[in-house]
Amino acid sequence: MYVSPIREPLIRGEKTYSQVTKDILAPMAGKPSKFWYMGITLAGIALLFGAWATYQTVYYGIGTWGLNKTVGWGWGITNFVWWVGIGHAGTFISAILLLFRQKWRTSINRSAEAMTLIAIACAGFFPLIHMGRLLLGFFIFPYPNTRALWVNFNSPLLWDVFAISTYFAVSLVFWYVGLVPDLGTVRDKAKGKIRKAIYGFLSFGWTGSAKHWSRHETISLILAGLAAPLVLSVHTIVSFDFATSVIPGWHTTIFPPYFVSGAVFSGFAMVLTLLIVARKALNLEEYITVNHIESMNKVIILTGSIVGIAYITEFFIAWYSGVEYEQYAFINRATGPYAWAYWIMMTCNVVTPQLFWFKKIRTSLVATFIISIFVNIGMWFERFVIVVTSLHRDFLPSSWTMYKPSLVEVGLYVGTFGLFFTLFLLFIRVFPVIAIAEVKSVLKSSGENQKHAHHE
Amino acid sequence: METKYFKSLEEIKLDTRQKDNVPAGDKQFILEMQEEVKQATTASRRDFLKVFGFTVASAAIASSCEQPVRKAIPFLVQPEEMIPGKANYYASTFFDGVDYCPVLVKVRDGRPIKIEGNKLSSMTQGATNARTQASVLGLYDDARYKNPSLKGTGISWEEADKQIVEQLEAVKAKGGKIVILSTTVISPSTKAAISKFLEAYPGEHVQYDVLSSSAMREANQMNFGEAFIPSYNFGKADLIVSFDADFLGSWLSPIEFTKQYSKNRKLTDGQRKMSRHIHFEGNLSVTGSNADKRIQLRPSREKATIASLLIQLRSLNGESVASSVNVSADIKALAEELNNNKGTSLVVAGSNDVDTQLMVNAINQLLGNYGSTIRTDVHLKLRQGDDKAMAKLIDEMNKGQVDALFAWDVNPLYDYPEAAKFNAGLAKVGLKVAMPVYRDETASAFDFICPDNHYLESWNDAEAKTGYFTLAQPAIRPIFTTRAAQESFLKWAGHETDFRTFVQKNWEENIYSQSESFENFTAFWNHKLHDGVYESGASENAVSAFDPTPSMNALGNVKESSSDGIELVVYANVGVGTGKQANNPWLQELPDPISKACWDNYVSISPKLADELGLEDEDIVKVGETGPLPVLIQPGQEYKTIAVALGYGRSNAGVPANGVGQNAFPLIAMSNGHKQFTIADVSLTKLDGTYPVARTQTHHSMEGREIIRETTLESYLENPESGNEVREEIKKHLKTLYPKREFDGFHWGMAIDLSSCTGCNACVVACSAENNVPVVGKEQVRKAREMHWIRIDRYYTGDVDNPEIVRQPVMCQHCDNAPCENVCPVAATTHSNEGLNQMAYNRCIGTRYCNNNCPYKVRRFNFFDYNGADAMKGNLKDPAEMATSLRRLVLNPDVTVRAKGVIEKCSFCVQRIQEKKLVAKTENRQLVDGEVVPACAQACPAEAIVFGNLNDPNSKVSKYFASERNYHLLEELHTLPSVGYLTKVKNTTV
Repeated sequence: MYVSPIREPLIRGEKTYSQVTKDILAPMAGKPSKFWYMGITLAGIALLFGAWATYQTVYYGIGTWGLNKTVGWGWGITNFVWWVGIGHAGTFISAILLLFRQKWRTSINRSAEAMTLIAIACAGFFPLIHMGRLLLGFFIFPYPNTRALWVNFNSPLLWDVFAISTYFAVSLVFWYVGLVPDLGTVRDKAKGKIRKAIYGFLSFGWTGSAKHWSRHETISLILAGLAAPLVLSVHTIVSFDFATSVIPGWHTTIFPPYFVSGAVFSGFAMVLTLLIVARKALNLEEYITVNHIESMNKVIILTGSIVGIAYITEFFIAWYSGVEYEQYAFINRATGPYAWAYWIMMTCNVVTPQLFWFKKIRTSLVATFIISIFVNIGMWFERFVIVVTSLHRDFLPSSWTMYKPSLVEVGLYVGTFGLFFTLFLLFIRVFPVIAIAEVKSVLKSSGENQKHAHHE
Repeated sequence: METKYFKSLEEIKLDTRQKDNVPAGDKQFILEMQEEVKQATTASRRDFLKVFGFTVASAAIASSCEQPVRKAIPFLVQPEEMIPGKANYYASTFFDGVDYCPVLVKVRDGRPIKIEGNKLSSMTQGATNARTQASVLGLYDDARYKNPSLKGTGISWEEADKQIVEQLEAVKAKGGKIVILSTTVISPSTKAAISKFLEAYPGEHVQYDVLSSSAMREANQMNFGEAFIPSYNFGKADLIVSFDADFLGSWLSPIEFTKQYSKNRKLTDGQRKMSRHIHFEGNLSVTGSNADKRIQLRPSREKATIASLLIQLRSLNGESVASSVNVSADIKALAEELNNNKGTSLVVAGSNDVDTQLMVNAINQLLGNYGSTIRTDVHLKLRQGDDKAMAKLIDEMNKGQVDALFAWDVNPLYDYPEAAKFNAGLAKVGLKVAMPVYRDETASAFDFICPDNHYLESWNDAEAKTGYFTLAQPAIRPIFTTRAAQESFLKWAGHETDFRTFVQKNWEENIYSQSESFENFTAFWNHKLHDGVYESGASENAVSAFDPTPSMNALGNVKESSSDGIELVVYANVGVGTGKQANNPWLQELPDPISKACWDNYVSISPKLADELGLEDEDIVKVGETGPLPVLIQPGQEYKTIAVALGYGRSNAGVPANGVGQNAFPLIAMSNGHKQFTIADVSLTKLDGTYPVARTQTHHSMEGREIIRETTLESYLENPESGNEVREEIKKHLKTLYPKREFDGFHWGMAIDLSSCTGCNACVVACSAENNVPVVGKEQVRKAREMHWIRIDRYYTGDVDNPEIVRQPVMCQHCDNAPCENVCPVAATTHSNEGLNQMAYNRCIGTRYCNNNCPYKVRRFNFFDYNGADAMKGNLKDPAEMATSLRRLVLNPDVTVRAKGVIEKCSFCVQRIQEKKLVAKTENRQLVDGEVVPACAQACPAEAIVFGNLNDPNSKVSKYFASERNYHLLEELHTLPSVGYLTKVKNTTV
């Protein structure tokens, strides 16, 4: 395929096909580095903290959290929405960008998708653990039973169950289908019988025949078609948890688009946070280049600006509606006891991403890394602001309270970080972090050597 | 050779083996056995399914966290009148020295579980208060003394009787003094029993009131020649002026007074006038918060103010008095107003000061209120104690003149201001017998403890007012080895009769003669025992002769107070009160109607004074020598008047009372021989540190929202819709795409008259008792996790230093378009075809989404296992010890006990609805309006809550709903609540 010579190459260094395979498989080979061990130890400690917190919650009850009669959801649902949001980038990159034929996605889609799956797993943990009676959580599924009990299809929480599980399932299949050719490569390069056997099994007997490739491409496209609307629907449905309620600050029709763009916003930020470290640690700077970073930063400006406009629109509508509860809810956000959270959100989500208008900043790794973390923080606070500040002062002032998380809630959040990094660190050891086959497919048109050849 | 046929290889193998050791005859048997073994090991598909099914089922049972069913053993011989699952009601009487209430005791399967007011009493007319409602839990107080004891060692009743009688005989022989110290005794039969005892052992009976009215008795002695408390009728008074008399909360007979007061202030059923209530006080009391006009008055200024009122009234009536007291413009206006309401006004004072009461008597006399709103021929007998007699007794004890002391149901070592003096005197008493109902500080200092029955275990009677008799009968056999104190007295006096027979005989001899409509005494007795009430008819309302001289002398003594120091008011709140029932978890967790604080007493202090002294909420201070106490800034408190509640700081009452709060009784001062509940010039010392106070409401302003709508009587008479105009506007905007839901048969609704609610909290306790609402303890209330299904919201309006108080009971609104219902993912909360918003606790998985989406925030989540309904061992959170096996006996078996992790809320007492529906069905008739009464409505002494069928246009609730005053809370959300509120009307027109 013809690619304009003035476009920056997507892969740096004059790579050959075998070089690509070697580079990308390198992190899987040999003993893990010192940093990997350190990482997994830290993640493991965090995970143990989470396990303790889970035990406390299930055994002693939700009372171990900081919730009260007025604020029924706190960090739990904040974390849930935050993690779901983070889980948006991967599938967005691989499905929507695939449909839009964005070649630059090839270097980042695999790890972004892995991150998505792990983030969804972390997210899914929260609706479960926040149930007062976790052991009866299966009631939420519409299974046939002799008592003729059925779930309530009017409830957005039930929609969540379907939305998240569907999204997780489709993302998992899509990710795995993409992995199959690479697993064939891994199998071929694997040393040792067991390793070979495992990867042999996992690669489903991939031979790289034209027929295999044709089927692979077709199924990828179909799955991309399926996954693309899901990316938009999942967070739309999560936003319905709030939008369909009567609580001022929740009852807002702007929520679906606002949540989806916020999700992509935070997802991209998380991908950036991870990849800026990973490309360095795994020596993949030539594959994940500054160009990739810059492209992602552009998405961040776009989605960040949408989010910013949404914040302002909410205020306008609160005033325009003439509903005193709605107006109070927003004044309370900006000036009430949780105003600090609101202003952290505004600063991190609205102000900092605007710095990416400067090319210098959006091509700077350090700046990008810092801003991506700011965005992660800001987006967490966005959910906190929505969940907590709307609830803590709703209609009847007699019931107004304050909410403060307990150590157990902190433990659950830290625990999901533990889970996230444990799984991510395991992922980089067992699967190729970059889609080898897809990178190879663009190597000819967008590799640096090809560009040079063109020029000469 | 024989040809050998074989069926299988095994057969050959066996054959060969058999040759060696297996006898030939068993071959076939072994083969069969082998076949069996083979079949058994290779299980069939059917077997597999069986085993699989069994495994899954047992795993499911083992892993499910449901509590196993406990033993339920049916009666071998069915007791008469007892049908399992059906409640019996017994008429009885509650009187504990403070509160008096004729009651019905609901007994289920032999256990008293609920107290309801007795409607047949014309005094209380079915009303109750919080402490009466809570009294049933006292029966199951594990801290009660369980058997007689001598110096801490348990002994038998025979042993106790023997030793006490021996010692009594010895005291009698040497001519020593025997004293019975008790609370006020209103029971004629008990009095007879005591006199029998005093016949056998000559001595004295001293009555001791914790909340004493001895000054009023003395004043009446001076004015009328007889020490008594008259009978008041707040219902007949069009103008009520109260000087710090908390008659809706703690003054004399608040249940009765609330009933009268609220009846005369209702604007329903066509009534178009209401009484006007002017209240002078320093501390913000429940009564003051309900007044039409509340005037802040320093306690030390009270006497001079009353004097100036008397002077002004006298001058209006052409009788002048020379006095140095100034008459303010306010008082002039008030005197004018009072003068215009001669015979239909009522002036009362809470002060325990003789001069004050003498002047109040003169005012009422001048206004002609005796014979109309005050009756001197019908005496209120609830306070018969004389502070001077008590002081004299303690003096005598200290002089070693008392040889035997029987302390029956009194706790002076805790609640007498000079407890140390009592203790010192006690050491000099020879025979010390305590007869307590509950564990207390006093009994443990006595040699003999001869525990009295709880009132629900006892026979008794009462004459609360002259001619107003009630009976008390046991609803359960004594749980512990206790004995009715009257029976003990009779026994020690040598009368081997049980108290029931004694009461019966006493009634036959002394009370029956007054009644003629019964053929014999048995018929009379049975009828009265069934009713619980016997009122011997109205007397002719004779007014005793009034001698004004003492009042005029008192007036002459009054000087303007120049006190500028901090003044203290000690008061009994509506929950813990005097501390008698302090060991009652329901009362400890009851939020104060003013401060919304529970589980502690505290120093209420005006915002201005707090500002001056640099005090903030929860700072700790010492009042005199009492402390440390937390500070609570209380708008409405007079600038330099602080207040501390009595009844806290118990040290030997059990869990949960021990160590809650500080004892304020030592702060009480004596003046002219009477206990003073207001003390001038107290010191207030700030200490280091803070102390958390648990409050169920922490935001006190309505933020300008139309939550509680109010108006004045004047505007109401002009336009009944006044204050509620916004409703028409809201109704115009209510639009929906969906068809209105119709309810066939019943559509339950509730209407609440905000004008009537006094904030007494009886409904809250009644609801907790009826619906097994858990008590969560101070720490959880601090975290805003109290579980009450009904709460009384209280807001301040107006000036922060002198605010008005409005309140609103809020429970589940049973919205017909309920926001909670559609968000539950598992449909655990649904709408019934009778308009009830229902909770299926078993289905609830605890997402709390319903709670979030409830605009009224009435849903409550079981954050912990508060009551042992959860199967996980060791996770019980029960700081108030409500889940002990004894206290659990109070649980209502008709209402599920909720496990950890589920949401609960008001059900409109659905169990009561179902019960009454069944009754109507078995009697083949329609339900009658007013037949179904939820616990809150039943308990309410002000009849502020009305419940019924909205589909019936003639039902009371429908009429309330049709009233122009009616509105729904947050109606603009289109939640279509089934609870309506009637605007609050204040009579602020002059």
